[in-house]
Amino acid sequence: MPEQQPYEAGRAVAGTGMGGAMDLAASEATTLERAPGGPEGPGPGGFGPQGVGPAGRPRSLWSDAWRDLRRNPVFLLSALVILFLVFISLRPSAIASGNPLACDLAKAQDGSAPGHPFGYDGQGCDVFTRTVYGARTSVTVGVLATLGVSVFGSVLGGLAGYFGGLWDAVLSRITDVFFAIPVVLGGLVLLSVVTSNTVWPVIGFMVLLGWPQISRIARGSVITARQNDYVQAARALGASDARILLRHIAPNAVAPVIVVSTIALGTYIALEATLSYLGVGLKPPSVSWGIDISAASPYIRNAPHALLWPSGALAVTVLAFIMLGDAVRDALDPKLR
Amino acid sequence: MGRYVVRRLLQMVPVFVGSTLLIFLMVNVMGDPVAGLCGERACDPATAAQLKREFGLDKPVWQQYLTYMGHLFTGDFGTAFNGQKVTELMGTAFPVTIRLTVVAILFEIVIGITLGVVTGLKRGRPVDTTVLLLTLVVISVPTFVTGLLLQLLLGVKWAWTRPSVSPDAPFGELIVPGLVLASVSLAYVTRLTRTSIAENKRADYVRTAVAKGLPRRRVITRHLLRNSLIPVVTFIGTDIGALMGGAIVTERIFNIHGVGYQLYQGILRQNTQTVVGFVTVLVLVFLVANLLVDLLYAVLDPRIRYA
Repeated sequence: MPEQQPYEAGRAVAGTGMGGAMDLAASEATTLERAPGGPEGPGPGGFGPQGVGPAGRPRSLWSDAWRDLRRNPVFLLSALVILFLVFISLRPSAIASGNPLACDLAKAQDGSAPGHPFGYDGQGCDVFTRTVYGARTSVTVGVLATLGVSVFGSVLGGLAGYFGGLWDAVLSRITDVFFAIPVVLGGLVLLSVVTSNTVWPVIGFMVLLGWPQISRIARGSVITARQNDYVQAARALGASDARILLRHIAPNAVAPVIVVSTIALGTYIALEATLSYLGVGLKPPSVSWGIDISAASPYIRNAPHALLWPSGALAVTVLAFIMLGDAVRDALDPKLR
Repeated sequence: MGRYVVRRLLQMVPVFVGSTLLIFLMVNVMGDPVAGLCGERACDPATAAQLKREFGLDKPVWQQYLTYMGHLFTGDFGTAFNGQKVTELMGTAFPVTIRLTVVAILFEIVIGITLGVVTGLKRGRPVDTTVLLLTLVVISVPTFVTGLLLQLLLGVKWAWTRPSVSPDAPFGELIVPGLVLASVSLAYVTRLTRTSIAENKRADYVRTAVAKGLPRRRVITRHLLRNSLIPVVTFIGTDIGALMGGAIVTERIFNIHGVGYQLYQGILRQNTQTVVGFVTVLVLVFLVANLLVDLLYAVLDPRIRYA
């Protein structure tokens, strides 16, 4: 991938130019010692201008990032938590044998009992089972909303950044309009009319209000990539706009979008819970942490456990995604180290 | 400078029109506006038609929007369906939310920037790692969970504060809600300040200041901090609008009768005038705050000049 080199070299130079020169040099030194034989091609000699970069063998941004991630405990821990969450969203019955909707009012607000480690909520439902089943809602909403926002936002923003002109100006104003509307407020207004009790209206709303964020980032990073020499070279060789965009610009502009999307995933999960807490997201009989927390808050004095377990699960989930995003950002953007 | 402000004000116009129109459309989609007038029962069709004519709701949406905007510029925000002037509601609600926002911003500035400076200077040390981890945790726990937990612990279990706020909402009672409202932004301010300080710590002007023999305190406050605060100021400025709009959750938890409370009631009761009016003001606050932030740039960084 010869077109990747100027980008990387630029980044490396920027990295050494910033305040973190010492950190960078130190981390490079340690990586040199343990550098495994990653996927590499015989390239032109080392690109480290000040002798900071590794001698020879240019690696792609992605293999570099992956090597960093594999040894980052934060990444490993959050990835493990996320894998577990995905597993229980696909097969909740594997660890919770009960039915989340089977409740016994006689046991309302009871503490933990054998087989029911988290106790019962205000309706006498098993808190453990409901907490496990709640993961599915959160993960579904988070993943689908992020996918929608990223695709929609990066296509619109990327095209605006590449072609510029009128569409770019109009799009910038449209994103300004969306930024001026508080998210929770927009959610309350839009979702309060929805009667459908599925995750789709919530996801649709998040895509509607979330895309400007990604589109702004995609636009900026496409504009940066567009100015590179290899894009000029490709154009001089007669490559079409579509080819330049897909083969040359997209691979070099996608990193910031991935970083912001991963962090946004966590915030979408928190947003779904907040909306459900306010009564406009998902509604019972759907099982969602937000609904359970909202239902448990009036009994907070007598049965705090019904509030604490779903809250804890929610916090751990959001934390895992945000930590993952943080680790990915550190790996993809050496400047920030 | 004057021309820059005029240009920015002109740029605000399309954004203002766009966002108010968007909210206007959303609220119109929200459902039958006269349904809220007939109480629990469904409206009699003839009564509903009569009411719609009376309020001009039978006209097309764009015409309604223009009429509304026309009234708005004469200071008339309309009347809520219970006969109360929307401006009256705003008069009682906004002071409360402004107090809450002021408390939140103070928390952000005092705690956020202090922690950011400390961690930025001690990068990689245990203090830094601990605070960084704490900020991640704070960012991850949604506001309504933080709020409910603090209410349970401070208000109910240990009884340090009152679990809910009285209608007057004096500053003293808003400390815990303000902290809850600020929590997530507080964590962001800490992280932003830390990154910025750590980046500028090795800048030439800092080395020069140290070499001149200036005391450490002066180097940090006058040289390092002033240059590092620019991104932080941007964040806090844009956050003002977000805090006021995002106060819905906090106000609901602590039963504060501010903007968020009125908006929540307005949405529940399909009170379109209240919702559109409040959102319009919030959008204005957001836009003006952004403008002020850009002007503050020039004060903090004399290299930036607005022609």
